[in-house]
Amino acid sequence: MQVDVQQLMEKLDLFGCIQCGKCTGGCPLSLTTALNVRYLIYETLLDVLPDPGKMEELWDCTCCFTCVQRCPKDVKPAELIIGLRSQLVESGKIPGTVGDALMSIFRQGNPLGFAREDRAAWAEGLNIRPAQEGCETLLFTCCSSAYDVRSQPATRALVQALRAAGVEFGSLGTEESCCGNEVRRVGEAGLFEMLTEEGKPLLESTGARRIVTTSPHCFNTLKNEYNLSGIEVLHYTQLIARLLEEGRLPFSGRLEKTVTYHDPCFLGKQNHVFDEPRAVLQAIPGVRFVEMDRIRERSLCCEGGGGRMWFEGTNTEQRLAFQRVHEAAETGAEVLAVACPFCLAMLDDAVKVQGLSERLKVMDIMELVVQAL
Amino acid sequence: MRITEHATRNTYHTMEYVTMESKPRIGVYICHCGTNIAATVDVAAVVEFAKTLPGVVVARHYTYMCSEPGQALIKEDSKALGLNRVVVASCSPRMHEPTFRGAAERGGVNRYRLEMANIREQCSWVHRDRASATLKAKALVASAVAKAARLEPLEERQVGVTPGVVVIGGGIAGMIAALDVADAGFPAYLVEKSDRLGGRVADLYRTFPDLEPAGEWLEPLIERVQSHPNVTVLLNSLVTEVSGYVGNFEVKVSSSPNDHLEPGTLKPETRNPETIQAGAIIIATGYNPFDPHGKPEFGYGRYPQVVTTVEMERRLAAGDLAVEGKAPRDIAFIKCVGSRDVQLGHPYCSRVCCQVCAKQAQLLRKALPDARVTVFYMDVRTFGKRGEESFDEARRAGVRYQRGNVSEVYRRGERVVLRVEDTLLGRTLEHEADLVVLAVGMEPREDTGDIAALLKVPRSADGFFLEAHPKLGPVDTAMDGVFLAGCCQGPKDIPDTVAQAKAAASSALIPLIRGTVPVGSETAIVDPELCAGCGMCVQVCPFGAPSLDLLWGVSRVNAVLCKGCGACAVTCPSKAIRLQHFTPDQVLAQVEALVE
Repeated sequence: MQVDVQQLMEKLDLFGCIQCGKCTGGCPLSLTTALNVRYLIYETLLDVLPDPGKMEELWDCTCCFTCVQRCPKDVKPAELIIGLRSQLVESGKIPGTVGDALMSIFRQGNPLGFAREDRAAWAEGLNIRPAQEGCETLLFTCCSSAYDVRSQPATRALVQALRAAGVEFGSLGTEESCCGNEVRRVGEAGLFEMLTEEGKPLLESTGARRIVTTSPHCFNTLKNEYNLSGIEVLHYTQLIARLLEEGRLPFSGRLEKTVTYHDPCFLGKQNHVFDEPRAVLQAIPGVRFVEMDRIRERSLCCEGGGGRMWFEGTNTEQRLAFQRVHEAAETGAEVLAVACPFCLAMLDDAVKVQGLSERLKVMDIMELVVQAL
Repeated sequence: MRITEHATRNTYHTMEYVTMESKPRIGVYICHCGTNIAATVDVAAVVEFAKTLPGVVVARHYTYMCSEPGQALIKEDSKALGLNRVVVASCSPRMHEPTFRGAAERGGVNRYRLEMANIREQCSWVHRDRASATLKAKALVASAVAKAARLEPLEERQVGVTPGVVVIGGGIAGMIAALDVADAGFPAYLVEKSDRLGGRVADLYRTFPDLEPAGEWLEPLIERVQSHPNVTVLLNSLVTEVSGYVGNFEVKVSSSPNDHLEPGTLKPETRNPETIQAGAIIIATGYNPFDPHGKPEFGYGRYPQVVTTVEMERRLAAGDLAVEGKAPRDIAFIKCVGSRDVQLGHPYCSRVCCQVCAKQAQLLRKALPDARVTVFYMDVRTFGKRGEESFDEARRAGVRYQRGNVSEVYRRGERVVLRVEDTLLGRTLEHEADLVVLAVGMEPREDTGDIAALLKVPRSADGFFLEAHPKLGPVDTAMDGVFLAGCCQGPKDIPDTVAQAKAAASSALIPLIRGTVPVGSETAIVDPELCAGCGMCVQVCPFGAPSLDLLWGVSRVNAVLCKGCGACAVTCPSKAIRLQHFTPDQVLAQVEALVE
């Protein structure tokens, strides 16, 4: 397949690249897979790029954007991967599971193959006000937060905490659709455009002044790519931290646990929200907060982003999530707190596979918060 | 004549030339500039055209007007034909205005009655079509002639100079500059913020490329500065206020009492003038080493294994190389920390770090022969005299150079891991080390902005002070009489710093040795009859030239400070300010001739 190299070079300003290797050096997957984004840039610049249809490792990228954060020349290496994936998507050369997820989003508004009318099932009995009637705060649930049984308790916990703090909010219910963050990152630009074109007016029509997301992925795209006018987009940890600071969320219980925290890439590295999740955890009475070695800007990716929830990857041996749960266990923590439904799924799985279930429990920050309310 | 019409309308604006002279007698000289102009412009046709213009007595063309015979043409015509104005159509006035002013003056024409038409940069160089270019050249000449007819004779003035130079910063640049000034027989005032001389160089154990101890030459240098009868050292001192102009600056210095002198530091001179009068100022305030907390991926401040090259210098001096009580077996250098980094706003190369790495790596190989020393690099830029050789020596000393910009450092047991792609192997590595040295670059000092504001010296985009011209004015600034030396202008090594310091001292000495400074006459003057004393000129002037005379309630322009920008003249609501050499009737005549 033929790649439009000139278009990629100009659009992404690859000419700034000095081939220093900082991108590949920091890429969490470069040790275990054939993915080498520095080399891809070089091949693109010299116009010797081989057929991307034969580079399965292109689908390994989790779009953690460590390479983008670190590049001293402000080149955005991961965007080249997204650009190449785009060209593969256009020619239909994509892994079957990715295609299934995209099709499901197109048809049902979620990548998981569930029916649209079941999207609000998680909220049964909670009587959440329909945002269509107008609301100040709009709760935007990630598809995983809505459908994934492991994530649903965290979503319900968030609702409980918001109510405890007296925050009035609404939800779009079954009208809510996938935000498209991963859609753009697997290169399906057309579908992403469709999602934003339909999603933006829908979100704005609620009259909400702020949107609270359950996932850093939705947070990232709504905040940075939807161009929403007059709406503040917050990740839930930001809102909870704010409520705690205002004294609106009083704890009555205690949680005697040693807790560590894993920074999600889309919240931390990409949007520099490092302090709020930690502030929330440290505010829970009884919690002993400990840090892992690789945190904040140096946090290790869980390998769930950039479409990797729908694609196994070329390396199935040493998953990053496996490494990560061992790092968490080494701190002596009983709980590995997360703030992202993808991290929750990846790390929860890893704890089981690595036989750490006895020592370490992976929990969403909200699940911990409500235990002390 | 139009002149007399103006004269009757506004006596003040035109009084000088109605009183002095009868009629303009203008000589016009068209330059070929070899083929630069003549190939595109029909110079003979321009000459014929010029002859038809009012007031023109003679018009000629010549191969190179700036040459000896070219200038002689102007001089001889002026004398023989009694010219009182000269127009030269050639290159930009930035190039040769002083040349032709001199030629006119030698012919008896006032130097301010020279006008230039730029038919090279603004005509022949930018057009292809000969006919149109010739037409444009004619218009430019007509315009210059129209202005020349209205030019007034102005007198170049000279003001006296206060002998003495204030040098801000007592590092290597400041000390060298002060010594050169002092050796020339003028007082040098060395104002140093800290309690000692020597600056950043005093923190160096050895210097590249020859690994000699810095103290060997630094101590005697400091001693010379301290004992020089013409140098006044002001430690713990800050420049707080600067007023005046080239030749006559007034610099206020505040000194904090130095009550906790550490042993070994030098005692300040007892003389402590609050206000120093000086003819020139040299800024030699240096730099700050980059603080690697700004690159969190390296774990600086988190891991005891990670240090900067600045800290390594101290450790080498103290022979203290142990990490957590153990001698390191694996030492890794990371280059370009805080340099060549667009995201940090430091796009520049810091120019010394490659050499510092080569130096420290060699010293570490000597001190710890069993240790593996690896330098991770993007490029090796050991330029300068003996630079490449020092890189060769480092490799021959067993220092391993591995190409790759380290992306991250994290802990593994008692060691740290450098996550890096070896870009030559195309392989990502986890390189374990016991000691990591970050080659930190240079950044502007945090007080650069304050000093820039005090001295009205602009800064370049990278935050360092901006030199007047990247090639021809590397130590000069936009402010006459203020010069730059050393790393305050941009990163540089010791030899370059010393060279610049010596250049700055030489330049600062020019007005001091001459004893006077010329004051350009293209300055603003205020008509006190018209001035309402509103003060708008004071606000608008970037150079602080106008000030309100409180006794008379009018504005006065200090001609020495005035740069002739004209901002005050166009701002003045009562049209009381006139910019000499660019008066409204001169400029309007120029424009009118162009559009005719």
